[in-house]
Amino acid sequence: MKRYVIIGNGVAAVGCIEGIRSADGAGEITVISAEPHPVYCRPLISYYLEGKTDLQRMQYRDGSFLANVGCTVRYGVRAQAIDPQAKTVALSDGAQLPYDALCVAAGSSPFLPPMQGLETVPRKFTFQTLDDALALEQAITPESRVLIVGAGLIGLKCAEGLHARVGRITVCDLADRVLSSILDAAAAARVQKHLEAQGIRFLLGDSVAQFSADFAEMKSGETVPFDVLVLAVGVRPNTSLVKEAGGETDRGILIDERMATTLPDVYAAGDCAQGYDRSCGARRVLALLPNAYLQGHAAGVNMAGGCASFDRGIPMNSIGFFGLHLMTAGSYDGEVIAADSGEAYKRFFVKDDRLTGFILIGGTDRAGIYTAMVREQTPLHTVDFSLLTSAATSAAFSPAVRTERFGGAV
Amino acid sequence: MKRIYVNEAWCLGCHLCEYNCAFANSGLRDMASALKGRQIYPRIHVEGKDGVFFAVSCRHCDDPLCVKSCIAGAISKTDGVVQINREKCVGCLTCVLVCPYGALAPGENGAMQKCELCLQNSCGAPACVTGCPNGAIVYEEREAAV
Ligand SMILES: Cc1cc2nc3c(=O)[nH]c(=O)nc-3n(C[C@H](O)[C@H](O)[C@H](O)COP(=O)(O)OP(=O)(O)OC[C@H]3O[C@@H](n4cnc5c(N)ncnc54)[C@H](O)[C@@H]3O)c2cc1C
Ligand code: SF4
Ligand code: SF4
Repeated sequence: MKRYVIIGNGVAAVGCIEGIRSADGAGEITVISAEPHPVYCRPLISYYLEGKTDLQRMQYRDGSFLANVGCTVRYGVRAQAIDPQAKTVALSDGAQLPYDALCVAAGSSPFLPPMQGLETVPRKFTFQTLDDALALEQAITPESRVLIVGAGLIGLKCAEGLHARVGRITVCDLADRVLSSILDAAAAARVQKHLEAQGIRFLLGDSVAQFSADFAEMKSGETVPFDVLVLAVGVRPNTSLVKEAGGETDRGILIDERMATTLPDVYAAGDCAQGYDRSCGARRVLALLPNAYLQGHAAGVNMAGGCASFDRGIPMNSIGFFGLHLMTAGSYDGEVIAADSGEAYKRFFVKDDRLTGFILIGGTDRAGIYTAMVREQTPLHTVDFSLLTSAATSAAFSPAVRTERFGGAV
Repeated sequence: MKRIYVNEAWCLGCHLCEYNCAFANSGLRDMASALKGRQIYPRIHVEGKDGVFFAVSCRHCDDPLCVKSCIAGAISKTDGVVQINREKCVGCLTCVLVCPYGALAPGENGAMQKCELCLQNSCGAPACVTGCPNGAIVYEEREAAV
């Protein structure tokens, strides 16, 4: 019987378990989970603070999952080293766990740049895990003044989650706009305006020069008093286990289209991995939940001796803030086509007869039609692209394509 | 398994399927009180241009991207039918961003909804198909793409 070991117990691990079980119903699966919780929906920690979900509903799988798939999870235990020759994993509880196939699905960790005076701040948090959210929840009061460092997805989602439960929120970022990694300046300005209308204050193009226990002196000279500090500067893929074992890493653990690392029988998936990004034709860390599942699943199938490749990952985001929905996908390469309509902000990026990416604020109905075009690199001369820029609809495709999609099993 | 298939040559673009869907999933017995004067949230949508129409509903994909992408673990596939647990959905629209067919849309309270083949409501078989006056949507077994 084959022995499978998975390091990490997030969505990539679930994909991996389900991938293994699609090809091998009997092998022994052991999951090493540093976090002491059954797998939960990491992106829902802000919705938890907001009261839009609860600890029960935010479970990623129902209570019978582990029994159904036949899998052991070792909670509160860390993998400390991989020995690729002996094919064992050393655990923090002293055990040496042998494997025939290993998947590293260790996710990422919040990145904390050195900041002056940070050690003097008593109530500081990162926003990555359920325990982070629970600790933050304990620390806040309806009067709290919260300073969030980082106006990326995690910082802004945290702001939304806290909004109704605290007195005041200030968000600062070194970048001159919000969500700078996925939005252009005009889109970012819209989102910022919408968040400001909720009372959230921004200090952009600014950073903290010096922390004191309850205030921050900014580079701009401004002083921001706070009771609770959230650090959401960015995340770093957890690559060290593979790197120390001699596997190739870059920003993330380098994997091929089968999710194999350069170490024999060692695979990697999810936020810790750097796999192929079809929209830019290079390997990139795609720290997104759908990607974690899809990579994990492909890894699992291959670990179990099956044959799966996943080379269709692309960056994509669907996020809402206080009722404003935005979607982005791809790598904004090529000519920009502006197609705003009514309240909706829409930008399409086109190069070599292909859609390389898009940014939508509002106007998101059926946007998966666009995402599929980016992923599948659909030649634009085969579709009615001007119709598509006004609305996503399958009417823009040829009757033959529609017959395939809606007249057959897909 | 049985799925809904579209024959666009026969579609009149009359939108009756949308009304039958909204009624079937309303839980109400009387069509007028379910639909009259209300914004409806059907799980099938008629699209088209230049006189060609077709009704789009969930394909219950063999490899459903929505199931794999839902950030809340709210979408699952059982016995071939892709279903949404609307209690778990947080309305992030990630499923809308990944479904290649445009088959999902938010319902009245913001939670996502999509065609579940009327297997969860009292109809037992798709009400849109039953009510289509021209046979432009059918519910049957087909294996490979035609
Ligand atoms: C606040 C927030 C909002 C987000 N919103 C979205 C969103 O809207 N859409 C989206 O697509 N993505 C979102 N993401 C990103 C998404 O959560 C991740 O891409 C996804 O969860 C990655 O899954 P994973 O399994 O690769 O890693 P993780 O979920 O991070 O799981 C890895 C696990 O491995 C454990 N681990 C690490 N090292 C070890 C070790 N040595 N031994 C044992 N265990 C170890 C970690 O503790 C962790 O539990 C969000 C993330 C955050 C934090
Ligand atoms: S919602 Fe879309 S992706 Fe999901 S099963 Fe239906 S057609 Fe496929
Ligand atoms: S909108 Fe709901 S069903 Fe769709 S991905 Fe988000 S949580 Fe899942």
